[in-house]
Amino acid sequence: MEYRVSPRINDFAVKLANVNGTGSASANGLIMQAIFRMGIPVSGKNLFPSNIQGLPTWYEIRVNGDGHVSRALDYDLMVAMNAQTYDRDLKEVRSGGYVLYDSSWPLDDHLLREDIHLIGVPLARMCIESFAEPRERTLMKNIAYAGAMVALLEIDMAIVEALIKESFSRKPALLASNTRALRLGYDYAKEHFACPLPFRLSPMNANADKILIDGNTAIALGCLYAGVTVAAWYPITPATSVMDGFKNLCEKYRKDPETGENNYIILQAEDELAAIGMVIGAMWNGARAFTSTAGPGISLMNELLGLAYYAEIPVVVVDVQRVGPSTGMPTRTQQSDLLECAYASHGDTKHILLLPGNPAECFDFAVKSFDLADRFQTPVFIVSDLDIGMNDWVVPKLDWDDSYRPDRGRVLTHDEIEALPQFHRFLGENGTQIAPRTLPGVHPKGAYFTRGSGHNKFGLYTEIPDEYQEVMDRLLLKHRAAASAVPPALIEERRNAEFGVITVGGCDAAVREAVENLAANGIFADFMRIRAFPFGREVEQFIADHEFCFVVEQNRDSQLKSMLILETAAPKEKLQSVLVYGGFPLSARTVVDEITRQLTRVPQPVSIRKGK
Amino acid sequence: MPSIAKPAVLHPSAQRNELGLTLRDYEGSMSTLCAGCGHDSVTAAIVRALWELSVEPHKLAKMSGIGCSSKTPAYFVTGAHGFNSAHGRMPPIATGANAANRELLYIGVSGDGDSLSIGLGHLCHAIRRNVRMVYIIENNGVYGLTKGQFSASADVGTKSKKGEANRMAPIDPIQLGLSLGATFLARGFSGDKEQLVPILKAAVAHRGFAIIDVVSPCVTFNDHTGSTKSYLYTRQHRIRATETDYVPPATEILTEISPRGETAVTLHDGSVVRFSAVPADYNPSDRLAVAKFLQENAADGRIVTGLLYVDEATPNIHEMNNTPAKALTSVPWSKLCPGAEMLNALQEEFR
Ligand SMILES: Cc1ncc(C[n+]2csc(CCOP(=O)(O)OP(=O)(O)O)c2C)c(N)n1
Ligand code: SF4
Ligand SMILES: [Mg+2]
Repeated sequence: MEYRVSPRINDFAVKLANVNGTGSASANGLIMQAIFRMGIPVSGKNLFPSNIQGLPTWYEIRVNGDGHVSRALDYDLMVAMNAQTYDRDLKEVRSGGYVLYDSSWPLDDHLLREDIHLIGVPLARMCIESFAEPRERTLMKNIAYAGAMVALLEIDMAIVEALIKESFSRKPALLASNTRALRLGYDYAKEHFACPLPFRLSPMNANADKILIDGNTAIALGCLYAGVTVAAWYPITPATSVMDGFKNLCEKYRKDPETGENNYIILQAEDELAAIGMVIGAMWNGARAFTSTAGPGISLMNELLGLAYYAEIPVVVVDVQRVGPSTGMPTRTQQSDLLECAYASHGDTKHILLLPGNPAECFDFAVKSFDLADRFQTPVFIVSDLDIGMNDWVVPKLDWDDSYRPDRGRVLTHDEIEALPQFHRFLGENGTQIAPRTLPGVHPKGAYFTRGSGHNKFGLYTEIPDEYQEVMDRLLLKHRAAASAVPPALIEERRNAEFGVITVGGCDAAVREAVENLAANGIFADFMRIRAFPFGREVEQFIADHEFCFVVEQNRDSQLKSMLILETAAPKEKLQSVLVYGGFPLSARTVVDEITRQLTRVPQPVSIRKGK
Repeated sequence: MPSIAKPAVLHPSAQRNELGLTLRDYEGSMSTLCAGCGHDSVTAAIVRALWELSVEPHKLAKMSGIGCSSKTPAYFVTGAHGFNSAHGRMPPIATGANAANRELLYIGVSGDGDSLSIGLGHLCHAIRRNVRMVYIIENNGVYGLTKGQFSASADVGTKSKKGEANRMAPIDPIQLGLSLGATFLARGFSGDKEQLVPILKAAVAHRGFAIIDVVSPCVTFNDHTGSTKSYLYTRQHRIRATETDYVPPATEILTEISPRGETAVTLHDGSVVRFSAVPADYNPSDRLAVAKFLQENAADGRIVTGLLYVDEATPNIHEMNNTPAKALTSVPWSKLCPGAEMLNALQEEFR
C-alpha cells in the first residue's frame, strides 16, 4: 500500500526536533523568516526546555494560506535532529508524512514505520568533510538541514541567502560558511530526492503590512513609546526578554543626543519585592515606570501591590505567564495567573488587567496600561504569556499617532494646588471616584502623608469603621468605572450560532480556527475574546445572549470562568470549561475535539433547559 | 518630641532660618509613641538639623517602613511629603523615588526589625546602589510595635523583659555597611542630640547612601536591667569615638583645631565635615582600619558612636547610571517618545 499525504500548497506543518544549545534556533528562525518574507501566513512555536544545553527542544512551523497559524498537531514533515527523541518524534508524523534525519548513522530498525517516508541526509558527514572546527561542524549541520528544507519545500533560495547576508554582513567568514552549508543541504536534497514534496510553498502577498515580532519585544516598545523612564526587574523566564528588549531600545533611542546622558534608568533589583517597590516609588514621584515578571514574581509582589492599590499609586506590572505553582515549568506556557493578578494581595483588592492576544496588542496595551494606571491611580497588569511573549508572531505593522500624549490622570499642577484652600488626598472629584493627587516637590500645600495604614478621605490615619469603608467603597467604584475605559472584548458572531465560545489571550488563534472548523461541521458558535478586567458590559451581555458558553483557557482551575461567575450576573450553569494546561500553545484540534466531546456527551445544561 | 499639646501661639522670639522658618515649621503632628521613647528624641534631632540646614519642607521626602520608628516621619516636617510604606520595603521604594526625581532630599527612618530582619536584603542593595539618601535606623534591639520580641541587633546575652537571653550574634549595620562598600556610616545615641545633629547635617550633604544607626531605647520593652540597649547601659558603655562639626559650603573655618588629631572631609556640595577629635591614627576614609577599630571596641563591650566612615568618591546611583543632573521626571516628552516615523523605520528589523 502507498501512503501519501494530499498535495497541498501553503498548508502544512513542520516540526523540528533538536538538542538545546546546538545552534538550531537560528536555522529554524531562518526558515520561518524566509517563509514570512515569501508573503505567506506562518507561525513558529518554540517548545524548549528549562535548560541551557543538552536537553531536547522542538520548533514547530505552521504554514497556512488562510491565515490559521495556531499550533498544528499533524506534522507533515519531521526534521529529526535529536537521536534521543527519535522514538517519540517519529511517532508524531502523520501517516504519509516525511522524516528528514541525519543519515550519517543508520536509523534503528524499530523506529521504522511503513507509512512514513524517510529523507536521509548525511549532515554530519558532509559537515565534517567541509568544515574544520568542531563547533563549526555542529553549527553548520543546522544550516545544512535548512538548505535541504529549502529544496524540499520550495523556499525561495534568494530570500534565504539574503537573510544570511543580513545576519553576517560584518562577519565574512561566517557568511561564507553559512552559505556553503546551506548549499550542501540544498544540493544533496535536489540530487537525491524528488523536490519539492507534495506539500510545498508558493509565494503570496499576505505580509506586505505585517511584521514578525514577539510579544515581549512589543511590550518593551510600548513602554518606550509610553514614556517610561524607570524600570525595575528581577530576571525570570519568560519575562526576561521584556527588559532585555527595553534596555536595547533605550540604548538606541533614549541616549540624549546633546549630552550623551541616559534619559532612563533600569534597575536590576535584588528580588521582585524590591522591583515592585521601586516602581511604586518612581510612580509616586510622577515617573512612568514598570516591572516585568512571571507568576513567581507576582507571588512575591503581593504585599506591595496591596499598598499601591490602597495608597492609590499607579503601577504597571507586566506578567508573562508560565506554567504552574512553585517553579513549575518555566519555559512552558499557561494562563494560570489570572486570579492571582486580578485580586493580588491580602484584603479587599481588585486590579485592572489587560489581556493581549498577540504581540500587536502587547504594544497597544503596554501604552494603554500607563494611561489607565495614571488615570485610575492603581496597579495595572499586562497579563501576557510565554507563547505570545517569546514566539515570533506575524502581526500588522505597529502604528503610532504622533498626537498621542500621556494621560497622566488628575495630577494637580503647581497653580491648581496654589488655588486650593487645602489639599486632601483621597477626596473623589465630582463623582468620578478619582481623587486628584499631587507630586512631591511641586508645591508646599500639596504635601501629604502616603500610607498603607487605614486612612480616611482626607488622608489622615483612621480606625473608624465608617471612615475606613468610605474610602474602600470609592476604590471599588473606581475599579468598576475602569470597565468602560479598558479594551472591550472582541466578539465575532455567526449566523445560527447555538452557543458561545469565550476565550482569552494567546488562545485567540486556536479558538477562532476551532470555531471555523466547527462551523464547517455544521456546529455554529459565536466567539468572544476577553481583553481586560474589569469586564465591560458586553461580556455579561454576550453570556446573557447565549444559552450556554464554553470558556476555553489554559489553566486547571477555570480561572477565567471563575472570574466571570464572580464578576458578572452569569449563572454558573451556563459556563462550561475547556481546559488545556500541559504547557504547550493551544491547537485548534484540541478545542474542536473537546467541544465536540462535551456537546455529544453532556446533554445541554439541565438547569438552563429547565429554566427556559 | 514630647507628647504634650503645643501652644497655638508662637513665641515671638522664635528664631528663623535662612528661609524665614522657625523650628516649629519643621515639626510634625503630635507623637503617639510611648513617653520617653528614644525615637522621639531622634525626631527632635532631625527637626533641628533640617531647620538649621534650611531645607525647603516640600522638597523633602520622608520615607519609612513599618514599626514604631517608621511612624516617626509623621512627627517631623508636616510640610514634606511622607511615605510610610510596608515593613522592610522602604529601601526599594526610596530607590525608585530617587531614581525618578533626584532633586528631592530623601530621609528614610527605619527600625532594627525593619532594616536588619525583614528588609535586610533591601538595605544591603540600597547600600550597593549608593542611593543618595539619609537612612536612619532607630535601633532598640527589639520589635517595639509587635511588643518586644528580640530583633536581629540584640546582643548576645542581652535579656528580654521576661528574662530570656538572646544567644544569636547581632547584626551590626555599621560593620555590615563597611563590608558592602557603604559610603557614609555613623552611629548615634538618641540621648545625645548634640552629637547627632551635625552627623545628620553631614548625612544630608553626602553624595550617596548615608547610614546613621541610632541607639534609641525602647522604654516599654527594652529598658530594663539586663538589656544592652537600655538608656543606662548605653550611657555606661558608649564612647564618643569621633567628634565632628558640619561646616556648610563656603563658610570660613574659624574654630580652633583640637589637639586630639583632626582631619576633614570635603563633601560633594563643598561643605566640610571636620573631625575635631578622633582617636590616634583614626582615618575615617580607611575602611579596613575603621572595621578593626569597631571590632576591637565591640569585643571590649564598648558602643562606638560618632561619624565613623566617609567615602565621598564612590559614584551614586545616578552617576553609575549616567542619568541627567535634573530629575528624570522633568525630561520633556519630545525626548522620551521616538515618534511615528522612527517606529516605522525600526520595524524594518522585524521584516
Ligand atoms: C509583612 C509584615 N510582617 C509583620 C509585620 C508586623 N510588624 C510590624 S512592626 C514590626 C517590627 C518593628 O520592629 P522595628 O523595625 O525594630 O521597629 P520598632 O517598633 O522597634 O521601632 C513587625 C514585625 C508587618 N507589619 N508586616
Ligand atoms: S513600644 Fe518601644 S519603640 Fe514603640 S513607642 Fe513604645 S517605647 Fe518606643
Ligand atoms: Mg526596633
